[in-house]
Amino acid sequence: MSDYFLSVKDVVKRFDGHTALDGVSLDVPRGRVFGLLGPNGAGKTTLIRIINRITAPDSGRVVFDGHDFTADDVCRIGYLPEERGLYRKMKVGEQAVYLATLKGLSRREAERRLKGWFERLDITSWWNRKLEELSKGMQQKVQFVITAVHEPPLLILDEPFSGFDPVNAELLKREILALRDKGTTVIFSTHNMASVEEICDDIALINHAQVVLSGHVTDVKKRFRTGEIEVVATGGVLTSQPELFDITDTIVGEDQTTYKLRKKDLDASNSRLIAALADQVEIRSVAERLPSMQEIFLRVTAEAKQTSHNS
Amino acid sequence: MNKIFIIIRREFMMRIKKKSFIILTILMPFIFAALIFVPLWLSSIKSGDQKTVAVVDATGRYADCFKDSESWHFSVEKADSPEFYKDDSGIEAVVIIAADPVKNPTAASICAPKPVSGELLAYVNAMIGDRVKREKLEAYNVPQLENIIRDVEASFSVRQVLRTADGTDAASDTNVAMAAGFVLTFLIYLFVMTYGGMIMQSVIEEKTNRIVELMVSSVKPFQLMMGKIIGVALVGLFQMLVWAVMLVGIIFVCSQVFGSSPEAATPAMMADGASAAMAAGSESAVILSALSHLPFGQIAVMFLCCFVGGYLLYASFFAAVGASINSQEDSSQFIMPVVLIMVFSLYAAMYSIEDTNSPLAFWASMFPLTSPIVMMVRIPFGVPLWQELLSAALLLGTSLLFIWLSGKIYRVGILMYGKKPSIREMLKWVRYK
Repeated sequence: MSDYFLSVKDVVKRFDGHTALDGVSLDVPRGRVFGLLGPNGAGKTTLIRIINRITAPDSGRVVFDGHDFTADDVCRIGYLPEERGLYRKMKVGEQAVYLATLKGLSRREAERRLKGWFERLDITSWWNRKLEELSKGMQQKVQFVITAVHEPPLLILDEPFSGFDPVNAELLKREILALRDKGTTVIFSTHNMASVEEICDDIALINHAQVVLSGHVTDVKKRFRTGEIEVVATGGVLTSQPELFDITDTIVGEDQTTYKLRKKDLDASNSRLIAALADQVEIRSVAERLPSMQEIFLRVTAEAKQTSHNS
Repeated sequence: MNKIFIIIRREFMMRIKKKSFIILTILMPFIFAALIFVPLWLSSIKSGDQKTVAVVDATGRYADCFKDSESWHFSVEKADSPEFYKDDSGIEAVVIIAADPVKNPTAASICAPKPVSGELLAYVNAMIGDRVKREKLEAYNVPQLENIIRDVEASFSVRQVLRTADGTDAASDTNVAMAAGFVLTFLIYLFVMTYGGMIMQSVIEEKTNRIVELMVSSVKPFQLMMGKIIGVALVGLFQMLVWAVMLVGIIFVCSQVFGSSPEAATPAMMADGASAAMAAGSESAVILSALSHLPFGQIAVMFLCCFVGGYLLYASFFAAVGASINSQEDSSQFIMPVVLIMVFSLYAAMYSIEDTNSPLAFWASMFPLTSPIVMMVRIPFGVPLWQELLSAALLLGTSLLFIWLSGKIYRVGILMYGKKPSIREMLKWVRYK
């Protein structure tokens, strides 16, 4: 069994006038939450559609659970599109069963599992109501159940939290993580960088039809660290030590002072630094500030803009 | 394949479970019956009381030929008077016979402040005319005149016989063939328009609901489109079946209640052989025999061909249009040409009925966009086999082509949001991989 549940290899997709995906390659590790990031129009939706077999790539291939992607594999994918929608006039239970049978479950099995889900989420009373009678948040819940009911080994969630209130978003997050812990691989496409840090294990950032950044979240963060360190100290005055660090900012508080330092050498040991600091001041806390995903996202996309302007 | 059945099942069940469908299906035969009988019934109601018509007869010989009817009472007056024309005179009109109409054909006139009803005019005309004819005949002094007149007035009509080379005769009735043709044509027209429109609406609904994104992650767009088209077709066929059963039931009940009236027996004959023909009156026997000699096998096969072909052709077109646009309002640009073609077909069918072998009838029944409608009016009159085969082949071939093209457009269109695409863009979609 390969470590990667899904691999996308050199996928190219052109529409007349522009290239949506230009040689995109990705590896989605098994049983992890994989964040697919990128600004609007970067090609995320096209990639997701290719993974769902809604459109075919012009070239390149997709390897699904160790074999070349086939039409039957769509039954092993659960897809929550960004643009949510169900049949408004249809009863909730009826349409959930319908959509589950289209994913390959028998009617009886679909009904049994759905009843289970509905009970667990305490929404059994919705079964015989028409979708249009439910509130937006309720519809989202139903939609998530429909996405996951056939217990697919791969879940693709496109902006899953949009439209959820904080309580339900938390509930959804728990469900996603629970599914991951049971071995489900999750591809998670979003703009919301805060949620990426909370639940993604790995990410890939797509910009201008290409993967510009990918890897484990902590690795990515490490790669983008700037060597910024925040020191909270009492007593004494910290001065720059040119061979070790510069002070970029000093905030003097009532009984403590906060210094922002930048290390000269990113790979220099933090212990040595702390030792140097301890000579000058009484340390309350020292923390290396890792960049947030938001910052990394902005930096990478801004760099891309720069290079495309220059070229 | 299995998924197509799941989709067909939903499309079918959803529609036939709808209250509006159930109500419409049950009421439609009654509405149709009402459409036919209510105007008949209304026209048969006489406007209440008898109206008075004054007769001023200068000759003194014609006053007695005016017999009172249900609606008219004739009162003989000595002379015309302005009083008669006042609103409160109670006199509808005044018939003035100024001289002997036998000698002067324009001597009689009818005067009134308002134009008189056609019914009164015809009544007066007939009564004076009869008397004039008789007077003229009597002037010749023919012996046994009464008998001669009775003999002459006996009714007469030409009987049409279809005689084949081997000498078998069959009664035929152009009106029966015409009626059969029209009913069949109209059924196809109605079905294609309503159910084609239903397809478009349903595609637009799925698209605007955004459920389509979810659907195509489970099934191929082509499966979704075909499932819808077939599901809706089954709804239509089911509806027709219900109507047929109801029609037979209604006719059966009517014939039990009112005795077998010839009008009611006619449609029933389609199912039931010539046995009942003997029982009915001679005129209805002719109709029945003409009906039973319609080429039923041919009609059934061609009806199915035209029906399936025409429906597939237009339904797939409607599906492609529905997939390409974003709201019902955008559809008019595409629907207009279809409606024009359909209306043209209906007119072509009407003119073709006059002469079912005219060039118009021939070409319109070959051209696939008009043939489902035009061909059907020709079939009851008999059409050469090669024409039927060619027309059916062209129609089915074209509808397969349309399905293929529509499938391509549909596939891309349902995932496109935003502005309404031009026809050129839609054709470009066909080439997408």
